[in-house]
Formats: sequence, structure tokens, C-alpha cells
Amino acid sequence: MSKLSDYLPPDFKPFVSSDAYKQKQRRLISEKEQSQSVVFLHSVSEVFDALNLHDGMTFSFHHHLRNGDKVIGLIGEEVHRRGLKDMTFAASSLFPNHASLVDLIKEGNVSGIIANYANGPVAKAISMGLLKKPFIMDTHGGRARAIESGDLMIDVAFIASPAVDKAGNGTGRFGPSACGTLGYAIPDLHYAKKVVLISDYQMDHIEEAELNHRYVDYVVMVDKIGDSEGIVSGTTKVTRDPVGRKIARDTVMVLDKLGLIKEGFSMQTGAGGISLAVVEYVKDLMIRQNIRARFASGGITGQYVLMHEQGLVETLYDVQCFDLRAAKSYRENRRHVAISASEYGNPFEPSPIVDQLDFVVLGATEIDLNFNVNVTTDSLGEIIGGSGGHADTAHGAKVTVVVTNLLKARLPIIKEHVTTLTTPGSDIDILVTERGIAVNPIRIDLMNQLKQKGIQIVKIEDLMQLSYQIAGVPKTLSHEKTIIGYVRYRDGSIIDVLYKKM
Amino acid sequence: MNRCFLFVPGNNPAMLQNADIFHADAVIFDLEDAVSVSEKDAARQLLKHFFETLTKQPYDIYVRINALTSSLGAEDLSSILSDCIKGIVLPKAHTEDIKALTKLLETFEAAKRMKNKTRIIPIIETAKSVLEIEAMAQLPRISGMLLGAEDLTSDMEIERTKVGIEIEYPRAKMAYACKAFGLDAIDTPFTDVDDEAGLKADTIHAQKLGMNAKTAIHPNQVETINQIFSPTEAQIRWARRIVIADTEAQLKHLGVFSLDGKMIDKPVVDRAKKLLEKAKHYHMLGEISDE
Repeated sequence: MSKLSDYLPPDFKPFVSSDAYKQKQRRLISEKEQSQSVVFLHSVSEVFDALNLHDGMTFSFHHHLRNGDKVIGLIGEEVHRRGLKDMTFAASSLFPNHASLVDLIKEGNVSGIIANYANGPVAKAISMGLLKKPFIMDTHGGRARAIESGDLMIDVAFIASPAVDKAGNGTGRFGPSACGTLGYAIPDLHYAKKVVLISDYQMDHIEEAELNHRYVDYVVMVDKIGDSEGIVSGTTKVTRDPVGRKIARDTVMVLDKLGLIKEGFSMQTGAGGISLAVVEYVKDLMIRQNIRARFASGGITGQYVLMHEQGLVETLYDVQCFDLRAAKSYRENRRHVAISASEYGNPFEPSPIVDQLDFVVLGATEIDLNFNVNVTTDSLGEIIGGSGGHADTAHGAKVTVVVTNLLKARLPIIKEHVTTLTTPGSDIDILVTERGIAVNPIRIDLMNQLKQKGIQIVKIEDLMQLSYQIAGVPKTLSHEKTIIGYVRYRDGSIIDVLYKKM
Repeated sequence: MNRCFLFVPGNNPAMLQNADIFHADAVIFDLEDAVSVSEKDAARQLLKHFFETLTKQPYDIYVRINALTSSLGAEDLSSILSDCIKGIVLPKAHTEDIKALTKLLETFEAAKRMKNKTRIIPIIETAKSVLEIEAMAQLPRISGMLLGAEDLTSDMEIERTKVGIEIEYPRAKMAYACKAFGLDAIDTPFTDVDDEAGLKADTIHAQKLGMNAKTAIHPNQVETINQIFSPTEAQIRWARRIVIADTEAQLKHLGVFSLDGKMIDKPVVDRAKKLLEKAKHYHMLGEISDE
């Protein structure tokens, strides 16, 4: 049987364990030279001329404007217009509105893409094998590590900045495209060879700017950098689906029985419907038992803002705002604190926020009998997402709970083996489904605690069999063995390969 | 002893499949209002096959058939009746309808060689049926009565409100009749599925009038209903102390004793014992520690 290492180029190391980084030294390249003065330009084209941009360069982007971002499209357009070839686009995430990149991929303008998450036409095109170079998928914390270590060398960081001031500072707090914090852009700002802020709103002066002008070479003013409505994450409404709500209720019951919801606790959840319902139930419990949390972190939603404003959560550590209410809160609340991607999840940071979490509640596209989780591809191997902070928080939090329906669209979610490995099972502690709660056997402590509290625990194997009884055994995918990319774990090792979709 | 009767449309495969996960004590699979006329046949077929594939379920199975005034009701019975069904929920029920249904059930049960006698829950949803509550409660096969406030208020030509003052009389009458004849007194559904506070208030009110169960028209309502019709942790602790103190008093041949400065006599002890029985039935005893 072939090993992962058999598929890897010599400069890629296979994943060993989620703790392996502890044996490694932090690698840091020099921070970028500080600019003497910031030059203001009026078009993207002028920047290309000023920086003498050429074939084969790597440009980076953040995804704080999410599906409302126009900056990647603007830069792509200029690359195409100039006929530049073999460019690499390193975006922290790619969304359906970045569809214009597909033509650039087809025509060879863009031959490499690096991202932590990809969904939409670009992901589809990559899955079909259209990208010339292998697609690299990082985690949020892993991308910060890759940048600071030089694994990801950025020639020019094009940073969408919702507001800039006359000195060249930038912020996400103000302007028509205000999106809140800019945590994913900070490593790019500090380590890219050149930094260009792209903005559509200029102010006299910005207090406490996230993007310090000392790192900025150019500011380009354009008509529009994005649509702030588009920064709203996929799901921001608490699910009304009774199955999702049952899963959320059971999750909070488990967290409560484990004694994790106590005075001064810390938590993170995703922005999916079930996660939002979890937050709602946690909040109810906190009010009933007069409990206050020390912090909530991650992508911050309006729900967390409300809890903060009601005095239930002391501090919000926010790497990206998931909705406009969060963006507004970041502007107004002193304890709504911006953190960089590195401070959030870089394993080599002395104490990243993810390591301080008491618990995290995460989703899964697939989970296997070893509790390995896939949030990168669907069961046919097509890229539909990516780790984002999944692997970072799963490793850092004291308890990681995965919530999922046992069946989605009549497909069993528990597999013998995940199609693509995003987060290792060693970092997943508990699985909550509508038909039972499974605990990873390596967390015998949690299992005993829950059993003592009268909670019925089932084996993950039994849950899988139950789903098979309902929906039948799914056929195994025999995919084409053409490698189109790599899933890079947060420590820089390769945890899985991505195959071309048949 | 059922607390919540969850309505599930008989023509929705996903909802049938998930009927067991919400901890409803009973599920009423609906062939009446939730299924349009054009889908009645398909719903019957779906439900029939669903029952055939069912293994042991954690809830009592009821089916709301169509009224016997049309041929649909008999067709429903002919198609779906089986031993896995605990009872039939009969809409617009009056004494004569229940007698007619009983006869039909006897015929089908014999034809299908069923082992169990199917129970009947009439829906009280006309002014006439309110007047017949006592008579209906005494008929064989009746296991409970269900109040249908929407149709009842329509029949009475009065406004249906969230406060429910207009159904105070039938609620109380039904609760007393059910208690007298050992039946489930099942309250009318709360129709605003997004109003959790309203559901809670309405259920507490019904409970105070003597209802012991309520229907849910959405799975999200089940938990609230179950909570309200279950003993609280404090009540269970209280009941345990009473029963322990009573055992000790009996050893001392005391008929009346005092606990925490209050006199405890037989009615209080009986109430405590009933409460613990309920708690045991709902698997609540293991979850609560003595403090």
C-alpha cells in the first residue's frame, strides 16, 4: 500500500502528527523593509508600472470582503490585460465572486494558487485539473506560518483596505466597504516584498490603524473595492431546522456536563446554522446560571457581539468579522479586539488564541472512523471548502466537538475513510449527531466523565452502521490518480493530496 | 403518561425518518389536514411501507386518519392498520363516530389477524363533541382525548386568541373527564411555531388546568412541552425526601410526620410517589443527584 510520502515532491514533508511542530524551531524571514514614504496612485495600472511587475510573480490577497471582494478581480484584469504569465495568486480564501480567475487559469496568466479555502467556479476549475501548478491549501494559522517562514514568498501584497488616511495607514473599520478586522492581511503586510493598499475611501487620519503605513509602499484609490454586504458569511441565521437544533441542544448539554461552560470560559464556533444555534443555547445557559465567558474568538458574528454587549462575554478576539453587526461592533466596542492570523492560529506563536480555547464547535463534510475530518472536498473529490481555522482550533482547543447530521442529502457523513483529510482525528474529541454522541476513544477521560453524568455514548462505528441502515452503503469512489494539489497542515507538512475530479 | 404528541405529515419521507429523534413520547402520523387530497394515496403507501420497515421505536405510534364521514377514513384504516400502531386519532369525533370506528377496527383487526387492540383518541373540535366529552371518555378503546381548538373556535364562531380564554371551558372539562377515566388529556397545539415564550406560557396554563400532554406541530416544540409536563429536579428531590421520611415514619408506626416543619400526611406521600413514578417513566431519576 502506498504511503503519502510516495506522492510528494522532495521538498514536501509528509504529516507526522499534530504535535510535531513542537519539535521544530520557528523560522522567520526578515520583515519587509519599511518604506520611506507612501506613494498614492490612481489606478492599478500605475502600480503595475511603478513596481515593474512581470511574469512568474506571486501576488497575495485577503478575503475579508469575502463574496463581495472586487480586488482580486481588479488585479486579475490587469494581469490579463498586460498578458502576464505564470503568476501565482495567494489568497487567504476564494469565493464564487472570483469566477473571473477561471479564464486567467485557462489562458496561463495564473498558473499557481494558494488558499486556505476555495468555493465556487475557481475551486471547480482547479478540481478539473485546469491549474498548471499544484494547488496548495493551508490553514489560517498555517498560512501565517508559511509567510513568516518564507515557504510562501509574496512579491506584492494587494491588500483591500476599506479606508486609508493621508499617511498611508489602512483600516477595515470605516468606509463604504467597511468589513471590520483585517487579521488575515497582517502577515502579508509584514513579510511581502512590496505592499499595495487598494481602497475606495480616504480619511484625514486613522487612529489605531490595523495596516501601518510603515509597511506600505503604494496606495491605489479605485471606485469600489467591494460590497460590504457580501462579507456576510454563508449562514448567519440560527437554524430553525429541528434536526440541527437537536444537535445543537445535545452539544450544549455535552459541554455543560463536561463542566466546560463555567465562569471565565472561552469558546469558538463556526458560522453555520448549527453552530449559531449552539451559541444561542450556550447563551441561554449562561444567563440561567449567571456565567460570564472570558472570551470568544474566531470569525465573530452578531450573536457574539450581542453577548458581549450584554456583559456575557468579556472580550471578542476577532480575526475576521462574519457579518456587518460584528464589523460595526469592532468600530465601537473597545473589548472587540482585532488579532492577526498569526496571533490567532500560528502554531509557532508562543500562545495563539486557539491554544487558549476551552472548546470549539466545528462542522464536517465527512468524518471517518478514526475521527479524521474532511471539510475540503465533497465525496467525489471536488474542492468545496478548506480548513480555514478548522485544523488550527481543533488542535488548540481543550475539547473539540464536531457537529453534523448523520445524513446529508441522503448521504452518510461518517465514512470508513474520509475522501480528503483536513483535520487529523487525534484533534477531534467528540462527534454529535442527531442519532447519537460518539467520543474519540483516545479521550477516555471525556468518555468516563460523560458516562458518569448519565450521557449515553455510542461508538462511531455504530453510528456509521445506523446511517447505512437508513441510506444504504455508499459506493466507494475510485478516482483518477492525477494529483492536482496538496493539503498543507499548519506546521507545513503535507497531510493529504488533492486529486483531479473524474 | 405521554407528555408530547408530535404531529408528522404522513407524506414527508424525511420527517418520517427523523420522527424518533426528538424525544416525543408519541408521534401522530397525519393523513388528514397535512396531506392534500391528491396526495392521500401516496401518503398511505409511504406510511404503510414505513411501518413495515420500522423496528422498535422509542415512541407510541398514532395515525390521524381522515374523518369517517368520507370514504377516505376507511381507506386509511384498510391501508395502514397494523400491530405497530397504538391508536387512531379521529378528527371531528362524536360518540357515534367512535362507535363506528370501533366496529371498523374490529373488522380490520380480524382481517389482518392483529394481536393488539387499536386504541382511539377522539379530537374534540366541535361544540357538540365538547358536550359529549364525558360519554366519549367512557367508551372502550379510548386512551386519551385531544382538544382541537382551531376547529372548535371556528364551530363556535369565536375568535381564537393566544391567551386562550375562549377554550378555558373545554380544556377544564376535558382534563376532568380524562382524569376521572384514566385517559391522556392532550392539549391543543400552539400554532405559532416561532413563538417559544408563547408556547411555554400556553403549555403551563394547560398543565395548570389539569392537562397532562400537548400536541406539537413542529419538532422544535417538543422539548418545551416535555419540560413542562415533566417533574422538575427540585420536585424529584422533594419527593425522594418525602418517600424516605415516610418509610422511616412507617417503621415508627407514625401515620403523620413532619418534615422541614411541615406536616406530611398520606395525600402528600401519595403525590410524592406518583411524581417519582412519572420521573422513573421519563428516565429522569438517574440524572438527578441528591443534594
